[in-house]
Amino acid sequence: MTAGDVAPTPQRRRPAAGAFLKLFLRNRLAAAGAILLTAVVLLSVLAPLLPLQDPYAQDTAQKFLRPFSPGHLLGTDHLGRDILSRLIWGTRLSLVVGLVASFGAAFFGSVIGITAGYFGGRTDNWLMRAIDMLMAFPYILLALAIVAALGPGLVNALIAVAVVNIPFFARNIRGVTVTLAHKEFVDAARLAGMTDLRIMVSEILPNVLPVIVIAMSTTVGWMILETAGLSFLGLGSQPPVADLGSMLGEGRNALITDPHASIVPGLMIFVIVMSVNLLGDGIRDALDPRLRSGALTRPMARTIVDRNAVPQPPADPALLNVQELRTEFRVGSRTLKALSGVTLQVRPGECLGLIGESGSGKSVTALSVMGLVASPPGVIAGGAVRYAGTEVLGAPFSELRKLRGDRISYIFQDPLATLHPLYRVGDQIVEAIQAHHAVSKSKARARALELLEAVRIPNASSRIDNFPHELSGGMRQRVGIAMALVNEPDLIIADEPTTALDVTVQAQILSLLDDLRRERGVAILFITHDFGVVAQLCDRIAVMYAGRIVETGPTAAILADPAHPYTRRLIACVPELGEGQRELHAIPGLPPAVDDLPPGCAFAPRCDKAQPACRTGEIPLDAFGSERAVRCLFPESDQAGGAA
Amino acid sequence: MGSYILKRLLAAIPVILGITVIVFLIMSLIPGDPATAILGSYATPENVEKLNRDLGLDKPLVQQYFIWLGNMLQGDFGRSFSLNRPVLDEVLERFGATLVLAGTSLVICSILGIIAGVVSAARQYGVADKAITFIVLIGISIPSFFLGMMMILLFAVNLRWLPVSGMYAIYGGGDLPDLIRHLLMPATALAVVATGVIARLSRSAMLEVLRQDFIRTARAKGVTERNVIWRHALKAAMVSIIPVIGVQAGFVLSGAVYIETVFQWPGVGRMLVTAILTRDILLVQGGVVIVAACYVLFNLAVDVAQSLLDPRVTT
Repeated sequence: MTAGDVAPTPQRRRPAAGAFLKLFLRNRLAAAGAILLTAVVLLSVLAPLLPLQDPYAQDTAQKFLRPFSPGHLLGTDHLGRDILSRLIWGTRLSLVVGLVASFGAAFFGSVIGITAGYFGGRTDNWLMRAIDMLMAFPYILLALAIVAALGPGLVNALIAVAVVNIPFFARNIRGVTVTLAHKEFVDAARLAGMTDLRIMVSEILPNVLPVIVIAMSTTVGWMILETAGLSFLGLGSQPPVADLGSMLGEGRNALITDPHASIVPGLMIFVIVMSVNLLGDGIRDALDPRLRSGALTRPMARTIVDRNAVPQPPADPALLNVQELRTEFRVGSRTLKALSGVTLQVRPGECLGLIGESGSGKSVTALSVMGLVASPPGVIAGGAVRYAGTEVLGAPFSELRKLRGDRISYIFQDPLATLHPLYRVGDQIVEAIQAHHAVSKSKARARALELLEAVRIPNASSRIDNFPHELSGGMRQRVGIAMALVNEPDLIIADEPTTALDVTVQAQILSLLDDLRRERGVAILFITHDFGVVAQLCDRIAVMYAGRIVETGPTAAILADPAHPYTRRLIACVPELGEGQRELHAIPGLPPAVDDLPPGCAFAPRCDKAQPACRTGEIPLDAFGSERAVRCLFPESDQAGGAA
Repeated sequence: MGSYILKRLLAAIPVILGITVIVFLIMSLIPGDPATAILGSYATPENVEKLNRDLGLDKPLVQQYFIWLGNMLQGDFGRSFSLNRPVLDEVLERFGATLVLAGTSLVICSILGIIAGVVSAARQYGVADKAITFIVLIGISIPSFFLGMMMILLFAVNLRWLPVSGMYAIYGGGDLPDLIRHLLMPATALAVVATGVIARLSRSAMLEVLRQDFIRTARAKGVTERNVIWRHALKAAMVSIIPVIGVQAGFVLSGAVYIETVFQWPGVGRMLVTAILTRDILLVQGGVVIVAACYVLFNLAVDVAQSLLDPRVTT
């Protein structure tokens, strides 16, 4: 992985060009496959017109001539027959057999699939049971049984291969038909008095045809290989007629003395199968839009850092200093600026509430602190994060890893998705301990149990061996909290830890966090969109809007007298119980798209007090009173004490 | 867990019965007089008549099936006329050799395939990923029987490292090192395609899993990247990799028929091919039923392994 690499490689810096190159390369491979396959097909189609020798003309005096012998470009076989001619005729035969088998399997598979899917019920049940039985065989056993019964021969091998592939078609096509069978146009056809047969042929078949074609294209290469295999075993084409498989089988008898008689047909089979595979992969990739958007990339161990300069350390070193943090998402040619310069401090033992609407960048801020923003596409494009005076974004990965979960730990939103589903919760907590401390498993387990009791999980000694899915949502979140506390961190970053829970559980979790904070003196960076939660827990608040902090200060002061128009509107949105008549004020408009931020104040388009000056230039986060700051040219305040 | 295994075992019974029905129906396709087909065209009329009576071939089809099934349940799969010994003895002896070959192959392709897939995913778009992707593409395109022949040319004929054929160790003629020397080439040739398929699937399963939230949790805990990949991600990815290994087992078993022929491995696959060519129908019939039934049981074992890994399956 990227342990310790700070400077991103040029390729990662320009994912747009990279993605294009990748697609181009992939297409080039697919194109190579298409060209190869076309050449092979052309050769075999044109076989009668080509100036080839008689593939059956024997001349034992000329047997096993090497390739490039005069008159025999690829040499001769054990009966002195021209290998080039036999190769092209053999390829022709193999392709025809593979295609016919494919059509046969597609036809019968479709008949079964459409019948089962259309009629449903008992018909469906019995047909699919039978198909399941066929699929219970390793495919070649079924093919061998059929050839055994019918006797060796190319036609019989073809039948065997087709039958073996029927289940694949039947299953796929039944699946599509089932979804079609109850569509309006089928009902309409039924009401119009069409017979079942006619509906299946004229209404269903055209709609499943694409599925049939795709299934054929993915299996035809396979069927060519299978029939060649049966011929290789001597169960397919019989002498003197030869497909590629039986050529290879005959050549095998003289493998050691005259390998060319085996290598030539073997390579041809390889080329055909490879070109079909290349083509198939290319088509699949082109059809799969997830690959094109780059969504199938995996996040790396840490967020890529690509910044020009590191800000100077601040005069007031807090426990956590986030300075001018800019995190971006680079998707193709677009750059989404999730954070455009976030600055905040958390002091030891303090709880800072980071609040904002969804999309304001609060979670990105939380994840950026320990380099946990998914990357690609996330990139930290500027700023610094200092923990106890040390810059962590540029630190080697081993240093960063030592901080994660030990000094700074996280509690995430959805505890079902964020706990590993296949490990017992106790083991997950134990792992968090052992990642940082060399303690024995039993000691770590005792510590885990202690923590589970501390977060008030009833019956902790038996719950410790539960899997996450065996616990309720509230329990799971308690496990998440226990896991965050287990190494006695200095700072917990809680990213909407109560959002997925119902209200009563939410209140329990909040009071638990509050107790733990007071008992253990741990600082908390609490991310939420809920002012009620903030009021209950936080000493200070930072309000985020469009990737910036717009207001910050002590909780009570801001709640009582918000200075930024946005904060004011946000607080007005909170319904209060027992004040039934109060009017709720939704904020008009939507937050701006972060790839298209307006100049000046990002909130100006939605602000009823906006002036022309609000729409130009950078608006600084200015001090407002002694402990507050606000990013507004015209802060609202009930008290005249504003210093703005 | 016990009740889950029992449930799966009970569900396997109708499948195995279905297999016998299908084999029986296929064999009833044999043109002409089955007894003649079984005994070969040089059989005396008395023998044909006796066999017809023994097998109940003069009775209606349904009755014939139940007679056959009843005989099989008593361990009587008939006699192979070409080998002149009970079918069951021959099949079981040969199946042992096939299991050694296919089992080794399955272990090779599972281990190599998963490692290749995990490395590929962990270094997505890196040099290792590209190299593995390219090798895998070639691997899944090369017919195993052709690959086997080329390996013989290279390792046995040119380099003289390994023997071409002549594996007797399983039947008591040699020791373990001898068996391994004989096993190396056929097991590898047989494993190549399956390795490629498993590698491809493991790669995409890992990419899918690495995007999950619980991976971020593991990283937030400070778990080393090696453990994130090999413990957290791989364990979750195994849930989708194991069924693929189950499917690949069927393909490995099928490929064994070719590989046994190429390397003259005394397994059940080569036995079946020879039996078909000599029209030894009872041997084919018995061999197919026994191997297919074992394959059903193997798949059952895969399901159980799956439920052991993923506690959410049984609950």
